[in-house]
Amino acid sequence: MVQLTRSLTGTRRRPMGMRNQRRIGLAVKLVVMFLGLIFALLPVAYVISASLNPANTLVGLGLIPRDITFDNFARLFTSPLQPWPRWILNSFIVAGTTAIIVTSLTALAAYAFSRLRFRFRRLGMIALVIVQLFPNMLAFVALFLLLDALKDVVPAIGLNSLGGLILIYSGGALGFNTWLMKGYFDTLPVDLDESAMVDGATHVQAFWYIILPLVRPILAVIGILTFISAYADFLIARVMLSSTENYTLAVGMTLFVREYQLEWGTFAAAALVGAAPVLLVFLIFQRQLVGGLAQGGVKG
Amino acid sequence: MTTRTQGAPGTGAPLSVSAILFRIVGLAVIDAVALVFGIGLWYGGLGLAAVVLAAMTVVINVAFLSDRLMPVRWISPGLLLLTIMVVYPLLYTVYIALTNYGQGHILSKDQVIARFEDETYSGKSYSWVAYRSDGGEFLIWLSDPEGGEFLGDVQARTIAPVERADPRFGAIDPADNLPVAIDGFQKVPRLQTFQYLTRLAAERLQGEIDGAPAEIRIENLNTASLGQQKYTYDPARDVLVDNETGTEYVSREGFFTAPDGRTLTPGFAAFIGPANFVRVLTDPGIQGPFVGVFIWTFSFAALTVLLAFAVGLGLALVLNDKQLPAKGLFRTLMIVPYTIPGFIGILTWVGLLNPLYGPVNGILESALGIEPRWFQDGTLAKVALLLINTWLGFPYMLLVSLGALQSIPSEIYEAANIDGASPFQRFRTITFPLLLVALAPLLIGAFAFNFNNFTVIDLATEGGPPVPGSQTPAGQTDILISYAYRLAFAGGRGQDYALAAAISIVIFLIVAAITLVNFRLSRRVEQMV
Repeated sequence: MVQLTRSLTGTRRRPMGMRNQRRIGLAVKLVVMFLGLIFALLPVAYVISASLNPANTLVGLGLIPRDITFDNFARLFTSPLQPWPRWILNSFIVAGTTAIIVTSLTALAAYAFSRLRFRFRRLGMIALVIVQLFPNMLAFVALFLLLDALKDVVPAIGLNSLGGLILIYSGGALGFNTWLMKGYFDTLPVDLDESAMVDGATHVQAFWYIILPLVRPILAVIGILTFISAYADFLIARVMLSSTENYTLAVGMTLFVREYQLEWGTFAAAALVGAAPVLLVFLIFQRQLVGGLAQGGVKG
Repeated sequence: MTTRTQGAPGTGAPLSVSAILFRIVGLAVIDAVALVFGIGLWYGGLGLAAVVLAAMTVVINVAFLSDRLMPVRWISPGLLLLTIMVVYPLLYTVYIALTNYGQGHILSKDQVIARFEDETYSGKSYSWVAYRSDGGEFLIWLSDPEGGEFLGDVQARTIAPVERADPRFGAIDPADNLPVAIDGFQKVPRLQTFQYLTRLAAERLQGEIDGAPAEIRIENLNTASLGQQKYTYDPARDVLVDNETGTEYVSREGFFTAPDGRTLTPGFAAFIGPANFVRVLTDPGIQGPFVGVFIWTFSFAALTVLLAFAVGLGLALVLNDKQLPAKGLFRTLMIVPYTIPGFIGILTWVGLLNPLYGPVNGILESALGIEPRWFQDGTLAKVALLLINTWLGFPYMLLVSLGALQSIPSEIYEAANIDGASPFQRFRTITFPLLLVALAPLLIGAFAFNFNNFTVIDLATEGGPPVPGSQTPAGQTDILISYAYRLAFAGGRGQDYALAAAISIVIFLIVAAITLVNFRLSRRVEQMV
């Protein structure tokens, strides 16, 4: 990268004579922009190129392949040692279920914290803050032993199960997202559901028919962010999953690069397909997600 | 029930069908989950967790049946999950850190005692004769060299001293001075005994011999031997007595220890107080690498944030120029690294930085004639990690910087222009300070995240290269969390759950402190409670 920067600044066009300062400024900015783009996208370009290259190796790999083939993608579905379709399915099951659980439970809790007045409400919110101080993934040793204790009696949520992974991710995401969700609920005028309740609606009805349709944007943001973080988790999956067919993508894909030989082409194909869902979601929901991320701290 | 709204249903009005359904379904789901968990925990040996869970389930059930506790219903499913998967693991981590739980100390004390009490040592040998009933049942007559005689009952697996006056004994065979038959059991001639040997050798006869619990086992056609219980546990004095030698083993710090200091293996999991923390601070084999890991954790997180912020802010300043064409496109392309799941980006870089075949070294070789061995040298591995992490992190910094830049009011700049400030002065005195104030919580948040960025460390370097001469599996690029992971799970040197938990607690405390500072800065909490 350092070298790239150097060679590109070297070929920078000098402004002809003394134009006004703004032009020079713009030219410099364009150059910086292009350098940034190269830094950001060159690794991506290499992966795209390698995924289409028939060589399936790193050795002598140029940026532009001589032939183009889709063998690397086909190989993803045929390798018996590396059941990639299983991994990506597992990742979707885990991340999808986690997202559904987290959005449902935080919506319910946020309704109580935002709309109901009860004795331990304030205490409950403060407790949620304290819980946020201690991310549960740091307790991975205890979680391992917990799932180990569960595995003989309830294998579906024990060690080496997707269920156990889902519960850990869901539990860990509750604290922060309840806060986020409650903040959004608070922005809706109370008159909305109160007038419905004057008309005889129950809390359940007010929640279901009045509030939920209005909070869809935050449901989407929390759902997507939860999905992405569960999809990308490596630590918990690494600790809890022990058999190849139960791996998620994050654990499984290390096999392409680490074990056996370096199957760079297969890895590149897997990387592209594995990154595509998140990339698409991100680009489509860019505006909403950036708003949600900023809520993470910048603004109350 | 409702304190906000007059005339809301619930107090006196009959419940609607949907409300009843909500209660029943909600309660059924929660109880089912709690039951499954509870059973698993109880039989998995985590009895305390099961009790806590049961208590919580009771509270939730009450909440679902009492109108006064109605708000708890809405929170309870989340509360249940939070307790099991966040609060309990946290407390359990503290407990493990105060024990010696790990390889050689995996079993509980009760399990270890049971295992020792199962052990036997062979004492005397006996000669034996079998008696067989028509139904295929057996009695065993045992005689020791001193003339002691015992009768074993194979069906009941018991053994008892022989009373010669027992009325069950019939006529005595003068050849061997044994009864010909006992109560319908016929003496089996020696030649025929052989066919029953395998079956009889599998049996264990237990009873009391010479005042001690004993076990008899048939060894071969001629002899049966006495297996005496090797150890007996005395709960009153908490000692394990060796019945063979008379040695008394005291239970101390997870081992049964003899007066001369010898210990029995396996040890057991035991509460040892803050010993693990003391080990980290004083044991030279652990302390040295730990200090290295500790320092690198902070430098890694700080440098990552610094580099990513510098690159991100630089590009944000460029993108903020209204004259720049195609800003939207540039912005979208720039954040591509952020949208790629971290593990994929990291593994890609591992390939790109491959010392022999990777394109990065290809470029470096042709341009500068150098081929750095990225992951074999400690310093180079650190440089590689920072490079990778800057790539992963700068788009986020770009996004948030851009947002903050756009929120700075333009009047301030106009005032500065009138005062004749240069662009650099404007940046240094206006933009940068305002930006820092706005972004400080996010920068601290990014620091906390990278403080625990296990993914990048483990995927890129696995903590390596190793620290020479370390007693624990510490690597030169290990951060605290990857070090704890290696202590607990990386094979080779065995599992040390307790030390890993102790280090987890160090991380917990640091991260909690950072987050608290951050809450203070952002005033998020005060505003929302």
